[in-house]
Formats: sequence, C-alpha cells, structure tokens
Amino acid sequence: MTDNMFDIAIIGGGGSGLTAAVYAARGMRSTIVFEGNVTGGQIATTDVVENFPGFLEGINGFDLAQNILKQAEKFGARVEYARVERLTRLDDGTFELATESATFRARAVIVTAGADYNKLGVPGEAEFVGKGVSYCATCDAAFFAGQDVIVVGGGDAALDEGLFTTRYAKSVTIVHRRDTLRASGILQERAAAEPKIRYIWDTVVERIEGDGGAVRQAVLKNLKTGEVTVRNTAAVFVFIGQTPNSHLLKGMVELDAGGHAMVDLEMKTKVPGLFVAGDVRTKAARQLISAAGDGATAAISAEHYLQRLG
Amino acid sequence: MSDVRETTDATWDADVLKSDLPVLVDFWAPWCGPCRMVAPIVQELSEEYKDKVSFFKMNTDENPTVPSKHGIRSIPSLLIFKGGELKGTVVGFRPKSDLKKRIDEALA
Repeated sequence: MTDNMFDIAIIGGGGSGLTAAVYAARGMRSTIVFEGNVTGGQIATTDVVENFPGFLEGINGFDLAQNILKQAEKFGARVEYARVERLTRLDDGTFELATESATFRARAVIVTAGADYNKLGVPGEAEFVGKGVSYCATCDAAFFAGQDVIVVGGGDAALDEGLFTTRYAKSVTIVHRRDTLRASGILQERAAAEPKIRYIWDTVVERIEGDGGAVRQAVLKNLKTGEVTVRNTAAVFVFIGQTPNSHLLKGMVELDAGGHAMVDLEMKTKVPGLFVAGDVRTKAARQLISAAGDGATAAISAEHYLQRLG
Repeated sequence: MSDVRETTDATWDADVLKSDLPVLVDFWAPWCGPCRMVAPIVQELSEEYKDKVSFFKMNTDENPTVPSKHGIRSIPSLLIFKGGELKGTVVGFRPKSDLKKRIDEALA
C-alpha cells in the first residue's frame, strides 16, 4: 500500500464531509478530506448558527466548523487543501483522485462537495466583486457602515444576511423576483420588525454600475410592469440559491434535473464504493444538521462496504 | 516569531510604500471567518518567500484610512506592492497554489 492509498477519501470539507471524516477516522479507517477552499463550507461564513442542536446561545459558524475539523484530525483524518479535479473508478474497484499537483487512491469515496451560491450573471457583477458586490454579508457588511445597500434574494440566506447587514448599513433593500418570501417564518418576523429593511418585489437586478472601483448604483427591472429604475447603492449582496458541485460525478452517477446526485437512504450511488452526502445530493434539506447527518450515514455505509470487501 | 508583521495607518508609508522589498499585505478583521483561514497560509508564504517579499497584516477594524483609500470592501483581501505601487489584488480565500501564482506574477 502506498502513502497515497486511503480507505476513505472525502471530497469536500464542509459540515457533511467533516462529519463523515469524524466517523470514518474514529472507525480506524485511514481517511483523507479534500478541500479546495475554506473548511466548513457554507457554515464558515455564517455569523451565528442558531439551529444546531445543543448550542443554547448559538455558535459562530467558523468556530463550529473548526471544532468539527479538529475532532476529525484528532481521530487521525488528514486534510488536503486541494481541489479534486478528476475522480475515476479503476478496474480493480478502487478510485483515483487527481488534484492539480498529486494523485491519490481510495477504496471508498464520499462526495460532499456541497453547493455554491449562484451569481446574478449580469453586467458589472464580476467587475465589482470585492468593490461592493459580495456573496458574504458577514465578511463584508462592516465596510458599508451608514450606507444604503441592496440584498438580492428571498430565501433564508437573503434574510439572514440582510438582518446581519442592518447592524452596519443605513438601509437594507431586499430585491426579490417574486412577491412573497421563501424564508422561514422566524426570519420573516425578525425582518418585519427591523425598520432598516425594506422590500422591492417582483424585481430583478439588470446591471450593476459604479466608478472609481466602487459600486454606485443598481439598475432594477420590475418583472410585472417592465419598469426599469436606477437605485443608488454602495453594495449588492447576492443570495439567489445554489448550484450543486456535482461536475465530478457526471457520467458516473445519475443526476436529477437540478444537478443533484441520486442516492438511496444509505447515501449509496449506483457505483459500488461511491457515496454522496449533503447539499450535493438529491432532496437534501440544505441544513447543517442534515448535511452532518448525511455525512455520518455515508461514513457508516462506506464502513459496511469496506467490511464486505474484507 | 511571526514573519507577518502588523502594519497600521500610521506606519503604512514606511512599512509598505517605502519598502525596498515587494510587500504583501493581508487585510483582515477578527470577525471574518475566511480571514482566519487565510492567516496560516500567509504565514507559510512568508517563510517560503523569506528575503524576497515582506509580509504584513492590517486589521481593518482598527485602521480606517488605508483600507478606505485602497477601496477595500471585502475581506480577506491581499494586496501586493512593489516599489510603492499596487501590483496585484486577491479578494477572498484562495488556495495557496493560487496565491503563489499571483505573487510570482506580481514580482515578474
């Protein structure tokens, strides 16, 4: 067995992958986790996680992720900070994982690659990233103290981050393409009680404009009336859903219409030894606790698979 | 001993603009999760680029002037200066290999 051969390789170090690593490594399986970005995934940029059982006052998302990471490392899991660019099943039933600079092998693979926030895809968006266009209010809201900002979206992330942004901004205008919110009741209630939050319904951002390296305004279009307006804003925070990171699985695993991998209740795919868990799987609840639960299930299934292999 | 030194609004000119070596500055704040991920990578880079690049970090909560002058509106932001001129900007967390590429480009 070479140094690069592992019992279980986990692709993605978010809540699901790190939990899978805790279970796999604690089960005495040699375990490697690949993370191409920030360990913790989406929770790493969440200010307070309020709905993870056991934390009465809530817990900072980054701290929680670091704790799960340390827990996995304590049991012997190795973390490799690299993106897996290719996943292949070899003739002998093991898997080959290629990063930019190295190749690894594993007897079982758990894909917990999660989902990335969608971009608006409008002119000015890419140009002003880091200059007023942001996908992380907890990171960037403080730079807009006393200014008017826009949050795009109508789900939990939009309201949660919008509420956080009211700590700094003079006003937070939520621009939503529909006339009702998808966000959970408690967030809607909090937003309704927050005088800095206002709404523009049935409206999308068409263009982001600015000068001197800073966003100055957003061009908005009302989808019902077709009316186009220009709104002054120092920032555009974008929270318009997610796309699963399932590109590694294309051609290996069946994907649903949204690009999520089809798995059974044990997180098994049709490929022996290949498991998928968390936001990248079909019908995920897209919550930290369910992602973590998926990760544990996948690790247990991988363990059963390895035991059967002998 | 840390090879990444703290720079401030007051010491910025001497630390960064008048430095003989190229300089990388890590703009961060204590409340920013991704910044805490970047810090150990910047530390490693400071060892790998020892004697070639000076490394500094600036707390954007404590130093309002320089970040606003450079239009910093997202952190982590890494700015690379050479001869007092801005040669490169990296916004957000990036893997170490990406950062090395950006530093090498800025030094070229």
